[in-house]
Amino acid sequence: MSKPNPSLGVPIAGKVNLEAETSSSAVSAAKARKRHTMQIFEDIPKRSFGITATISFLVMIGIWSILSYGQLVNPIFLPTPDKVFTTMIKLLGTSDYWNHIGISIFRVSAGFMLACLVAIPIGLFAGTYRFGEAFIEPPMEFIRYMPAVAFIPLIMVWAGIGESAKILLIFTGCFFQLVLMVASDTRLVSKDLVQASFTLGASRWQAIQTVIIPAVQPRLLNTLRLMLGWAWTYLVVAELVAVNSGLGYAIMKAQRFLNTEQIFVGIIVIGLLGLISDRIFAFLNRRLYPWA
Amino acid sequence: MSEAIGVAGVEAGQGSITIRGIGKTYRTGKTNFRALGNIDLDIGANEFVTILGPSGCGKSTLLRIVAGLEESNEGVINVDGDTVVGPGADRGMVFQGYTLFPWLTVRQNIEYGPKLKGVSILDRRAISNRYLRITRLESFASRFPKQLSGGMKQRVAIARALANGPKVLLMDEPFGALDAQTKLEMQEALLEVWEREKTTVLFITHDIDEAIFLSQRIVVMGAGPGHIVREFPVTLPAERTSDVREHPDFLKLRREIAALLKHKEE
Repeated sequence: MSKPNPSLGVPIAGKVNLEAETSSSAVSAAKARKRHTMQIFEDIPKRSFGITATISFLVMIGIWSILSYGQLVNPIFLPTPDKVFTTMIKLLGTSDYWNHIGISIFRVSAGFMLACLVAIPIGLFAGTYRFGEAFIEPPMEFIRYMPAVAFIPLIMVWAGIGESAKILLIFTGCFFQLVLMVASDTRLVSKDLVQASFTLGASRWQAIQTVIIPAVQPRLLNTLRLMLGWAWTYLVVAELVAVNSGLGYAIMKAQRFLNTEQIFVGIIVIGLLGLISDRIFAFLNRRLYPWA
Repeated sequence: MSEAIGVAGVEAGQGSITIRGIGKTYRTGKTNFRALGNIDLDIGANEFVTILGPSGCGKSTLLRIVAGLEESNEGVINVDGDTVVGPGADRGMVFQGYTLFPWLTVRQNIEYGPKLKGVSILDRRAISNRYLRITRLESFASRFPKQLSGGMKQRVAIARALANGPKVLLMDEPFGALDAQTKLEMQEALLEVWEREKTTVLFITHDIDEAIFLSQRIVVMGAGPGHIVREFPVTLPAERTSDVREHPDFLKLRREIAALLKHKEE
């Protein structure tokens, strides 16, 4: 081909060109398809979503495996997946561990529900009335930037080191954020709907009951779902201090003996519990609010 | 109370609106914007009046003041002699945006007003059946608003407003967001409903054809500040079908109003 015959060279060049063209058009078609899965905000098939999510988990476990089986990291710092798995099976076979799980779930639920009980009405009030916003929000904005962890010494002075102290810490961690988020959810309720209810004869109180409260619910449930994630974080903080039960305690105890497998198990179990509660909320949202 | 709502026809003869010297000024910082100045208008019982004007002439503001959703700075409005001080069930409203309650089914949306009044469930059912039938929504009674098209949503909004037995129906460009074909269908449907219910209707639009097709009287408004330019009686047959749009009087009136609006612009 270094010295092609001109009479032959032309058709060959033409053929080459043609090939290049078809292959490049195939590439651009493939690119177009690829761009299709990367469209901003556009839906992808449910199955692709599931496959991608699974792959993402496998990648995570893959990196973990390479680092641990490949001895790239000291096994004391990073145990192998199978070791963590067998430890998990072993621990979940003991009633002790289930007691830890049970008491942790109790603390999270109690603190979280208490926060909801107080914060939701206050948030609705602050979101519905400008007056409420002026009265409630500035102090809340101020307090929410104080880290809940910094309240631990204070809470121990107030409530001792018993169950109530842990619940109070979770409450403190969630409450202020929750008030502000509920207020913001409430303000997102369409003003037009409220006005429509007025023209249908609703009083102010009826507008709150029949428009604001039903309208805010899907968003509110989503806020609670996010908040519950925070509650689990504060639980571990609460259980790292002066306790002898709960998943946080189990993690602490494992750390004392450099038992990293058990630390991993503790973290994974908390993750799974969070995932389960998250799925329950997602299910409730679909089930309770089919109209949304 | 429930009987009065059940047979809305009994209340026919009511629903006159008197608007006297209404003015509205918005204060934003140091500058004042006068949106409406000295509006006088009388609307008789059972009359269908359209306020027509370019956007920004204050026609929607005027309607919202009649509804009681906004306050005026000057003047007074009476409905059957009662001064308007805030929104109330005597003035039903249909908005341009779809303001159906998304968590209620079509039937529950229609029953919303009667339910607030404490109408018993049986009477409520009777009311919603009647208005579902009038607006031809029977087969959609148990749907949620998100499952409906724009035209159907506005049908529900009209049914919901009427089911509450208002003296007057205020409509703020209700068909403005609909496609051309649906809009025509909705106009005919509205006339059909109005023929049966005979409530007073105050309708806002910037569409000349819509104004002529629907109303008995057209009030043209101009901007800066919003004021009434002229009134046109519509002398078309009471029974209107789409043929009316070809009627010589229809075309003549359209030319006149278009010329007036164009003149105002220049």
